[in-house]
Amino acid sequence: MTTTATPATDDDQLPRTQQADDPFDRDVLPTPPGATAALLRSLLAPMRSRVTLTTVLLLLQQAAVQAGPLLVAYAIDNAVPALRDHDHGPLIAVAVGYLLCALVSGGLQFAFIEASARVSQDVLLDLRGRIFRHAQALSVDFHERYTSGRLISRSTTDVESLRELLDEGLQELVTVVLSFVYISAMLLWLDLGLGAVALVSFVPLYLLVRLYQRRAGRVYRARSTAIAAVIVKFVETMNGIRPVRAFRREAANDAELAVLNRRHERTNGDALLEMARYVIGSRLVANTAVAAIVLWGAYRVASGSLELGVLAAAVLFLRRLYDPIDRLGMFLNSYQSAAASLEKIAGLLAQTPSVPEPSAPRELPPSKGELPGREVVFDGVRFAYRTGGEVLARFDLTLPAGQTVAVVGSTGAGKSTLAKLLARFYDPSEGRVLLDGVDLRVLAVPELRRGVVMVTQEAFLFSGTVADNIAIGRPDATREEIERAAKAIGAHEFISALPDGYDTDVRKRGGRISAGQRQLVAFARALLADPAVLILDEATSSLDIPGERAVQRAMSTVLRGRTAVVIAHRLSTVEIADRVLVMEHGRIVEDGRPDELIAGTGRFADLHRAWRDSLA
Amino acid sequence: MMATTRATTEERSAVRTLLRLWPYVRPVRTRLFTAAFVAVVASCTGLVIPLVLKWMVDGPVADRDPAGVWLGALYLLLLGLAEAVLFGIRRWLVARPLSHVEAEMRAGLYRRLQRLPVSFHDRWASGQLLSRGTTDLMLLRMFLAFPLTFLLVNGVTILVGVVIMLMQDWVLGLVILGPAVPVMWTCVVFERRYAEVARRAQDQVGDLTTVVEESVLGIRIIKGFGRHRSQARAFRELSGTLRGTELRKARLLATIWGVIVTLPELAIGAALVLGAVRVADGALSAGTLVAFLSTALALRWPVDSIGFLLAMSQEAATATERYFEVMDEVPEDATPTAAVASPPTSSEAGLRFENVRFRYPDAPPGSPPLLTRIDLHIRPGESMALVGATGSGKTTLTALIPRLHEVTSGHITLNGVDITAMSREELRARVAVAFEEPTLFSASVGENVLMGAADGAGKADLDRALAVAQADFAHTLPQSTDTQVGEQGLSLSGGQRQRLALARAVVGRPEFLVLDDPLSALDVHTEAAVEAALRQVLADTTALIVAHRPSTVLLADRVALLSGGRISAVGTHQELLRTNAEYAHLMSGEQGEDEGKR
Repeated sequence: MTTTATPATDDDQLPRTQQADDPFDRDVLPTPPGATAALLRSLLAPMRSRVTLTTVLLLLQQAAVQAGPLLVAYAIDNAVPALRDHDHGPLIAVAVGYLLCALVSGGLQFAFIEASARVSQDVLLDLRGRIFRHAQALSVDFHERYTSGRLISRSTTDVESLRELLDEGLQELVTVVLSFVYISAMLLWLDLGLGAVALVSFVPLYLLVRLYQRRAGRVYRARSTAIAAVIVKFVETMNGIRPVRAFRREAANDAELAVLNRRHERTNGDALLEMARYVIGSRLVANTAVAAIVLWGAYRVASGSLELGVLAAAVLFLRRLYDPIDRLGMFLNSYQSAAASLEKIAGLLAQTPSVPEPSAPRELPPSKGELPGREVVFDGVRFAYRTGGEVLARFDLTLPAGQTVAVVGSTGAGKSTLAKLLARFYDPSEGRVLLDGVDLRVLAVPELRRGVVMVTQEAFLFSGTVADNIAIGRPDATREEIERAAKAIGAHEFISALPDGYDTDVRKRGGRISAGQRQLVAFARALLADPAVLILDEATSSLDIPGERAVQRAMSTVLRGRTAVVIAHRLSTVEIADRVLVMEHGRIVEDGRPDELIAGTGRFADLHRAWRDSLA
Repeated sequence: MMATTRATTEERSAVRTLLRLWPYVRPVRTRLFTAAFVAVVASCTGLVIPLVLKWMVDGPVADRDPAGVWLGALYLLLLGLAEAVLFGIRRWLVARPLSHVEAEMRAGLYRRLQRLPVSFHDRWASGQLLSRGTTDLMLLRMFLAFPLTFLLVNGVTILVGVVIMLMQDWVLGLVILGPAVPVMWTCVVFERRYAEVARRAQDQVGDLTTVVEESVLGIRIIKGFGRHRSQARAFRELSGTLRGTELRKARLLATIWGVIVTLPELAIGAALVLGAVRVADGALSAGTLVAFLSTALALRWPVDSIGFLLAMSQEAATATERYFEVMDEVPEDATPTAAVASPPTSSEAGLRFENVRFRYPDAPPGSPPLLTRIDLHIRPGESMALVGATGSGKTTLTALIPRLHEVTSGHITLNGVDITAMSREELRARVAVAFEEPTLFSASVGENVLMGAADGAGKADLDRALAVAQADFAHTLPQSTDTQVGEQGLSLSGGQRQRLALARAVVGRPEFLVLDDPLSALDVHTEAAVEAALRQVLADTTALIVAHRPSTVLLADRVALLSGGRISAVGTHQELLRTNAEYAHLMSGEQGEDEGKR
């Protein structure tokens, strides 16, 4: 068998990578040729000695099992006649032998299952970890396109297919190879001619296997894509259940899922039918071969060139020669399914982060002044999406340490992009972003994340307690520090009122937290992180006015002296700003002190007037 | 950092649990039974082939009878063909139907999940729900395809084999049957333990799914705080736990398999020794002993396989259990609940809250209700702003109107009709909502907006709604309003999504409109433009608008202040600013600041 070594996926690799349309839409990220096989190899390589051990256990177990019939033969041929001569020795030997055989084969069976489960679980652990770590290393823009549903599909259903291969595959493969070799050898030894004919029958079987592999590979790839689409739909519905209900989307969703579900059902059925075809084909070849060999053997017996006893023995072996072909089919089945899944996983793992970690990370220089803030410089920065479409035109900007800068402008002006460049969610297409003179691209990641913290509009809470969620800002923080941060931002009161206070699980009974409260938790998190540069991207949008005031107070006290970039629609934030940037169509069109700008006749004066009016 | 949801299910035997699958299997029962029958026949055909071989060798070949040889070979070929085709037919028969059963069960789960109360979704992590719809259902399909059939086939084979052995020699037969009791006992003990561990493993897969999902949904926070390593550590711990559970499962399986291999083997050994003694005594013929033992050896595979067949069945049973945990939840009733014996309703038109109390059904016992007594009347065509401190229950209150949550007591009436007296379908058609978090679905911009309208709505309605919400940017998107958005489409900014959600709420010209802080993500200019357009819409709509800032409040005719679970004041913005200290504080923050300074 050569199936394990050949990646069954190479055949239609080229046309797929050359597809012009978006690979994200169709859930087929390009997998470099050979990456699937390389992934499987790298997963199994550290297990080599344990796989060998497991195989040895299996071989020994098979030997113990095969010993049974031999002991029966010995008992009848030798022990019974000996007994008639009142010699109990041979029978006792048989009894002891059989006892040993039973215990050893049972024990080995136990050991084998244990050992192989250990191998397979360790491989799965490794693979799950690799997928997760890699996904975490990939940049935000990747996740915006790949969707959580697909990542879930990769780390659950796709990993599950590999597990089926590992759990049953090894046993199937070893027993199949073992019986093929053993029985072919016995046949050849019995009679070269009959053995040779039996071996010739392997040629059509081999072709059949190849054909099945190719066809099943295609079907399983389609199936893996289909289930991922179902998962994406599922996740989207569960996460948007309120609007689904309020807009009575249930029936329409049922219909949409039905389409995806039907596609999965079809590919699933296709896969099972491929297997059925293989079983029919292989059984036909095998049974025809048996009939032909028996016929030829019988003629040779008739013509006297073959002993009757040899034919009798050969016939018994022949039957068993083809027994494992079904198991081979099952092995191929799990192999194809796993290969299709691994290919998808390899495609994910082949994605390179568009915001890579520096290879030779640099530290920040010690803080210059007594202020904790740091200087930020945008040096000839331009940003455009890789697909084209300029978001920020080339600009230079220096934010001195400790300055609070408000960025205003209409939706789509590029404010958030500016913030994301500073937080290094994106890297600039041209130019550099410097923090105290160090390019963010070479800055050590822990330094960067300690130095620059961004609070966004979507305040996502992770499963766990409120305290856990705040502690994301600084995992080693004590409970006192967590509470101090919550108090500083005005979140302490509502947290204390929760059923278990700071230990309330946000996903459990009574843990309901409103959007405004979530934003406060997000602020407490940022406060706890105590960064040199703080970016607020619409971070106060769900807060009421007292909440917003609390945040402003915190910024002028606890966060005093930090460099701050504040993007806000509500110009109340501007009151605490030292400087205002007005952005429009990817350019900074106004830059100055708030009072200067308000006094002028530019856009900001205009905006500010509108805002004043809105306060009524 | 884990959310684990464990619904308590009563103890059920695996068989009882699996029987619950019957309604789903019923439509394909004919094919499934036929397939099982075919499997039995195919196995029997397989058993006949060696007999033909033996007959050929003993008869025509030994007798050098060419015609007999040809005949034998022909029989052999025909039986071989029959066996091959029967095995194929078995698989062919079940391939499509079983995929269909899986798909139907998944569709059923999805249908149910969409109709369960929102409070159910608040309690359950979506990863747990998802794993029920994917990995659990795959287990079930595999169970129906393989263990179910082969437990039957192997059971029949063992039964027939035992009868044959008892007929050959009943003493030896009883010896062989000896381990049956301990084996069955082991199986029963094993079943219980395995069920427990299998269940734990499946739940842990659900937890793992949740972590993966959160790692994507919260990717900006993880990256922003550089927490991807600790996140990866948490994931590793969880998958390490899963590995531990899986290993315990494997150890149980290994034990049962070891027992099932050893005990029958010991019995065969005993039968062999006893048989040899009796053959030596002349009480038994050597031929009978050989035949007896070959039958016993032939039963080896059917007996051995029972271990893993049972394990697979057990996993299928826990998967079924998990599946029905969701299916057994009571969905929202589609029909009016208070239809006939309608409580005393006000004859007044508009939207009215009468003595409404609400506490979350899953709130800890003894905790005070979130809304203690809400009395509020919004006159027809009037728009009412709802103001209250963060966490005072504004969003919860708005969720009561389209019955996303059910009032604990009291009544909400629309034009005098209790909302429980109309179907949810009708209610939600009359009340349009824009949520604080604007969720767009994977569909085009146009489809997303028109979701809020009745079926016949067209381009004109779409354009009008986009204009009201100042969402004309939709026309400049790459494929205009056909541009795909949502999780799998173009990502829009918060402000853009909010405007589309607003357009969705107004597109159907609803009678009642509920807006939850609808303008929070808009810049001042856009906000002013939306407000101007909304005023026209609101002129003839009864609306409740959750507001945080004065500009939004000014959209409304009057303001209601929610405080301490009650509506503590109603009036115009100016009135309340003058007369209500709490309101003034919420709208200006001034007082709070003063307090802070003092």
